Amino acid sequence: MSDYILDVTDVDKNFGGLRALSDINLRVKEGTVHAIIGPNGAGKSTLLNVIVGRLAPNRGRVLLGNEVLTGKHPYEINQLGVARVFQTPEIFPDLSLLQNVMVPALAKRDGEFNMSFLKSLFSEREIRAEAEHMLEDVGLIEHKEHLAGSMSRGDKRRLELAMCLSQRPKLFLLDEPTAGMSRHDTNRTIDLLKRIKERGMTKVIIEHDMHVVFSLADRISVLAQGAIIAEGTPEEVRNNPKVKEAYLGGETV
Amino acid sequence: MSNTQIVSPKQDLIYMVVLSVVVLTMPIWLQPFGAAYPDLMQKFMIFGIFAIGYNVLFGLTGYLSFGHAAFLGVGSYTAVWSFKLLSMNVLPAMIFAVALSGLFALLIGYVSLRRSGIYFSILTLAFAQMSYNLAYSVLTPITNGETGLQLTQGDARVLDRMAGIEASAALPTPNLFGIEGIGYSGFYICAVLLIISFFIYLRIFRSAFGLKLRAIKSNQNRMGYTGYNTRPYLMTAFVISGMYAGLAGSLLAVTDPLAGAERMQWTASGEVVLITILGGAGTLIGPLLGAGIIKYFENIFSAFNDQVLQNAFSFLPDWLGHAVASVAGLFVGDGWHLTLGLVFMLIVIFLPGGVMEGITRLWRLVRSRTTSFDGNKKEQQPSTREV
Repeated sequence: MSDYILDVTDVDKNFGGLRALSDINLRVKEGTVHAIIGPNGAGKSTLLNVIVGRLAPNRGRVLLGNEVLTGKHPYEINQLGVARVFQTPEIFPDLSLLQNVMVPALAKRDGEFNMSFLKSLFSEREIRAEAEHMLEDVGLIEHKEHLAGSMSRGDKRRLELAMCLSQRPKLFLLDEPTAGMSRHDTNRTIDLLKRIKERGMTKVIIEHDMHVVFSLADRISVLAQGAIIAEGTPEEVRNNPKVKEAYLGGETV
Repeated sequence: MSNTQIVSPKQDLIYMVVLSVVVLTMPIWLQPFGAAYPDLMQKFMIFGIFAIGYNVLFGLTGYLSFGHAAFLGVGSYTAVWSFKLLSMNVLPAMIFAVALSGLFALLIGYVSLRRSGIYFSILTLAFAQMSYNLAYSVLTPITNGETGLQLTQGDARVLDRMAGIEASAALPTPNLFGIEGIGYSGFYICAVLLIISFFIYLRIFRSAFGLKLRAIKSNQNRMGYTGYNTRPYLMTAFVISGMYAGLAGSLLAVTDPLAGAERMQWTASGEVVLITILGGAGTLIGPLLGAGIIKYFENIFSAFNDQVLQNAFSFLPDWLGHAVASVAGLFVGDGWHLTLGLVFMLIVIFLPGGVMEGITRLWRLVRSRTTSFDGNKKEQQPSTREV
């Protein structure tokens, strides 16, 4: 059990009469990259929403290590060590890049609520250094004083990555981190994600881009119509006839 | 000194010194504007305090409260009761006013902050109007209803009696250990309080707490997934702004020890929204400027009457002079709200960031002119809002 950092057991999620997820079982080993692929509407984002506490499952439970996540608020789940990037970047458009990264870094230090206002941001040297380090990691340090809302979409994505990384999460969930990026930006992101992998952070990644999936993932789960139809190493999944039929539709990967 | 830059304490110190000098020398530099009399200057200070407190909520978190006059009213009533029961000293009056309005804000905030956006605004408006109506009717024993709560000769003033201050024939005036709460000394009491209030407000702006509040305004959804429980943050901001309003309310009672229910009416709540937006919501000194501008024009314009206008246009032929004066008459005196409305519309349409945005734009213009003269153009940063 303690082998798995994320343990999703028998999760169902219905939206009215629609069954978005049925009988999902997903186990992710610590320090690995687990990709979830599947056609549009397969329930990938719904599954992520269940894990981070945005949606409550109708049945089943989610564990992080030995901690039950089901029924907790998103902020509690984040405090337990789950960070997430969204399909469309969720950043603070009215703050500078540096401040964008300081906010999550402060959450890690201060917890869910801390109202002390005696210390100025200027004297929060450690948090600032941490945030600058993260911005350097994603190659945005020269824009640190710029307004986040004025950045390009690719830059916003990388900023969001830096925000999540500054919390050093136990489990990092990425919802299509390269969607809408140019090939060049995609490659930069893959390099970045590989570098994080070396640090031993567990990641669950949803992705359409097979190039990204096969260059990063240790294991792949294939979701179709709300159910997991296959799971295995990239090699196994690539050669699974069910997968070819349901998802890849004859396309060579 | 923009909001997106991290400002050093040294710069803030300069800021505080400049502000203190500007505020304390008001009786001198306001002379040419005809505004250097204590009553009006006290109003500048009081509404400045009210507005900077309001800015902690609206400017930082973006939550638009339409009920802050309720806290102003609670502050006034509490202060007058303190004058009646305890002492004419303003210190206990202010302490009780701040504490009680904070408590009141806790109650209203607890319910109102369950919703956001327009629903939050409506809830606060409803609470304030309820308070207003209660003060007028059911709570008459406490608020003295329509007449308003006033001092009387027969008040207990326990502490004053104990200190051996005997009741005189005239009603006593509020004082701070002997310093009178009216006139120039009254202005200086208010001015010092404004400076202290501003200092605390500056600390909030510059702290991690302030950054988190601004992050809530920018993207509350992200805050949840970043590990923040946003409700207590909003509650704290709401209570702080309620306490500022309570302090302002108590100072209104200091300058004139009388509290009426109309102080809690929705127009009074609207006024502080107006002040903040006019000056520049979310900026540091915008609300102070807004308070100064609105209170100044309220005084100047509302003092104009038909006679003054007739004289002003007497150089025109009689028939024209009468016509112009009657049109202009709509905008002054009791009609000065019409002028205010027009100015407000112009500001919101052309300078959505308020007067502060105008100043920032001017400053940029001047700076870009001077740098291009030097021949070394500095690259401009994209739209960082100045303080």
